[in-house]
Amino acid sequence: MLLWIAMAVLTVAASLAVLIPLGRPTRATSANAGAARSIYRDQLDELARDRERGLIGEGEAEAARIEISRRLLNSDAAGSGTPSAPQAYRIERLIAVVAIPLIAIGAYLYVGSPLLPDSPFASRQAQESGQGGVDELIAKVEAHLAANPEDGRGWEILSPIYMRLGRYDDAVRALGNAKRLLGSTAERESLYGEALTRASGDVVTEDARAAFDKALKFDPDEPRARFYLALSLGQSGSKDEAIAAWNALIATTPADAPWLASARAELAKLQPTSTVPPDAPGAPAAPGPTAEDVAAAAEQSPVEREQMINGMVAGLAAKLEADPTDTTGWERLFRAYMVLGRTDDAKASLARARNQLIEKPDLLAVVEKSAHDIGIGKD
Amino acid sequence: MIVELGHYALVLALILALAGGTLPFWGALRGDERLMTIASTTSIAQFVFVAMSFGALTYAYVVSDFSVQNVVENSHTLKPLLYKISGVWGNHEGSMLLWALILVLFGGLVALFSDNLPLKLKALVLAVQSWISAAFLLFILVASNPFLRLNPAPFQGRDLNPVLQDVGLAIHPPLLYLGYVGCSISFAFAIAALIDGRIDAAWARWVRPWTLAAWCFLTLGIAMGSYWAYYELGWGGWWFWDPVENASFMPWLAATALLHSAIVMEKREALKIWTILLAILTFSLSLLGTFLVRSGVLTSVHAFATDPTRGIFILCILCVFIGGAFSLFAARAGTLSQGGLFAPISREGALVLNNLLLTAACATVLVGTLYPLALEAITGEKISVGAPFFDMTFGPMMVPLLIAVPFGPMLAWKRGDIVAAGQRLLFAFGAAMAVMIVGLALMGTPSALALFGVALAVWLMVGALSEIAFRIKLGRASLAESWRRGAGLPRSAWGTMVAHFGVGVTVLGVIGATAWQSETIASLKPGQSMTIDGRTLTMDGFVPISGGTFTGTGVRFSVREGGNLVAVLEPEKRIYTVQNMPTTESAIKTFGFSQLYVSVGDIAADGSTVVRVYWKTLVALIWLGSLIMTAGGVLSLSDRRLRVGAPKPARRSLAIPAE
Repeated sequence: MLLWIAMAVLTVAASLAVLIPLGRPTRATSANAGAARSIYRDQLDELARDRERGLIGEGEAEAARIEISRRLLNSDAAGSGTPSAPQAYRIERLIAVVAIPLIAIGAYLYVGSPLLPDSPFASRQAQESGQGGVDELIAKVEAHLAANPEDGRGWEILSPIYMRLGRYDDAVRALGNAKRLLGSTAERESLYGEALTRASGDVVTEDARAAFDKALKFDPDEPRARFYLALSLGQSGSKDEAIAAWNALIATTPADAPWLASARAELAKLQPTSTVPPDAPGAPAAPGPTAEDVAAAAEQSPVEREQMINGMVAGLAAKLEADPTDTTGWERLFRAYMVLGRTDDAKASLARARNQLIEKPDLLAVVEKSAHDIGIGKD
Repeated sequence: MIVELGHYALVLALILALAGGTLPFWGALRGDERLMTIASTTSIAQFVFVAMSFGALTYAYVVSDFSVQNVVENSHTLKPLLYKISGVWGNHEGSMLLWALILVLFGGLVALFSDNLPLKLKALVLAVQSWISAAFLLFILVASNPFLRLNPAPFQGRDLNPVLQDVGLAIHPPLLYLGYVGCSISFAFAIAALIDGRIDAAWARWVRPWTLAAWCFLTLGIAMGSYWAYYELGWGGWWFWDPVENASFMPWLAATALLHSAIVMEKREALKIWTILLAILTFSLSLLGTFLVRSGVLTSVHAFATDPTRGIFILCILCVFIGGAFSLFAARAGTLSQGGLFAPISREGALVLNNLLLTAACATVLVGTLYPLALEAITGEKISVGAPFFDMTFGPMMVPLLIAVPFGPMLAWKRGDIVAAGQRLLFAFGAAMAVMIVGLALMGTPSALALFGVALAVWLMVGALSEIAFRIKLGRASLAESWRRGAGLPRSAWGTMVAHFGVGVTVLGVIGATAWQSETIASLKPGQSMTIDGRTLTMDGFVPISGGTFTGTGVRFSVREGGNLVAVLEPEKRIYTVQNMPTTESAIKTFGFSQLYVSVGDIAADGSTVVRVYWKTLVALIWLGSLIMTAGGVLSLSDRRLRVGAPKPARRSLAIPAE
């Protein structure tokens, strides 16, 4: 309400700015020539003062006096305007009273938001504290971090929220800080790379690639890094390598991994001749080569593909030799062997797992279960 | 409510600008005085409304009202208050509002303080000013509205850019805008004179102070921008011929020319048409500068608006006003009455020479700035026109101008005596020659060009002093008599002297910083030293620093001259923690007028740091000279006397027509 009253006052003021001069009686006319003449007269006075103070010589003063007088005469000759006849100014008054308010209100309603109240930060804090909106929580954490910028955990907590809200630049910053303060790990590096990628519109930049490479140094199997590196190969036009990388990733990915569908879709995109639509729900749980895998195999050099996958599988096997407690690792290895059709190797690796986990029955039970699910040793 | 009221006030200001541009204009054509006085009231009301609007936006920034999109994008609750306020004009929308505010401020000032201006002229001037405000207010409301709201409002703002948190940057744009927009008044006067078909004494009486005020602000604004770039960007350069710098430099050159031709106009009623053309040109260049910076056609660190619709809108404003003004000029210039007569060698003649050289110099800057843009638009080829081009074109044009400067004030109006003027300048010439000869003897011929520059600077400075010495009869009359004469001398004469002296000081700084600067880059570890220009810098070690929003490392250097410690410098590498943004703070130590400038690069794990050291000979004189020039302008502005040129009575020589 107050707003409307204030707006009304302003509108009246604006109308008055046009109305008042229309109603005011004008002074004696011929102000035009009058003003010019008064200037010339002032100039003559000035000249006389200058002469008195001895700033200019008599000859110069005389010449100047003649010149000014000449101008003075000219300005008289130029004459003056005619006095304006008294008029009703109907159109002008109409403009002031009707057109100005109407156009102003109309234009304002078009561009403005009259119903939205001010919301200064201080009053909002008082209002909303305790209600716990996401925005407010973020703001609180941000304020906390601004005061304690060395709190690495804080940055780490904040980063996934930024990612979800699409504030990728902020996520990059938060992850960068987390990495700096808490140390570099495979997961942090690959999350950082992911944020960089999303921040630049899903293009895997040079910086992002460096982060993923670093992640793989910590953990050669880090799936997020492998996913984005495969994506980057595709983006940089190395189609064959990209396809190989995708196949290798898919081959070693657990069937219920959330990124599997995306990986398959990316792979399908690289194969224009594929008959499978990119988002086709393949049978992810089915062991053995999927439709995409078959199509992929037709597209690429078999030797290359073989080499790449075998290299990865061998790496995984070696890792498990060193650290047999990694149950998901075992599961991935089984699945890889089954996908590659090397059932004997799968059985052998299961035997090896049983052997090495003999003292840890709880872990062995998990491995046994995944082997069973995948279908090893059923025969 | 306050924000929305500000928004509404802006709309009202636009409507009033439209009314104020049409009704008084109609009144002036019909000779209707009541309609003409509408110009004054609407101009004042426009200022009040835009000021309210600007105040409302500032309020939104101060209280961090994040329901305003502009505040969200350009502010943050953690910013210090000063930078919250300067954030109002630190972005595209807000800076356009500031531009409009200054525009209507000047209109309001003309409306309030010009009782001796003929009514018709006043109405026309204010109507033209209203057209300009209408165009810019429309642009703000349609294409860059700072009052757009967000609902629901985000809880935090997005910008805390540390590079923009700087006092220099907070003051620089308003100064520059006062300069740019101040030129609109002389433009409005010129257009009014063309519409009216006559120029009288009042015209010149009014144009000169406005131009002078605008020129002072422009000078300060440019100097300030240059110093900011010098200390903040860490490159040690003070002028880059960057298109954005050129965009402010071109109106300055034109305004300098206008300033001088307006003197002729005011005192002698000569050069009328030329003065009008210059007034149009100066404001056109200001508009062009706005377009270049605001449209984002330049890829420069300064250009922060990249929305093409805005560029096209400003381009339209540009075409309408510049095109319209020049068409009007072409159609009406012939009808203006001719002014006074003068001989080629006279004060007027000297000022014409000044004008010709300044406009030609301005044209070369224009070519150097626009040619790369045009080439890129046509062929897609990107070239950069840098210092070499300007050194070869702009430099040679300045030399004759600077040589001529001391002669101007020595010549009489209407017809002067160059020999007599030369005699009075003999001392200045001798001083310049002495500097040149001593310099050559000491430094040898390789520095001849630089020494010529120094001699030129001495010539300018001593020449400016000689003029005053001559006028107060220093040495030819008793000291008391000289003192009395000096006190009686109009302040505008002192202003001329001070401003011309300032030019000499700036020239000296430019020559010194260009010819005798030295630069050393080395990688140092703590304890190691480097030498520059006879001074030894020892890197003492690292000092951790932290200050609210940043942490970082200061690198401490001891500067020794002949074994004595003369300064401790501490350039910094800062990291603004919230943005994780690194910045470099250089350290500057002034010795006399010269400066030692140190900035550090990345610090390696073993402590070795890339250190960049410059010795900038006389560099401080560049900005000191600008300040002196401004002071001269202010001095001249404070002289509110009416000016009459006392022409020298004719003896034999023939006078020639002025135009």
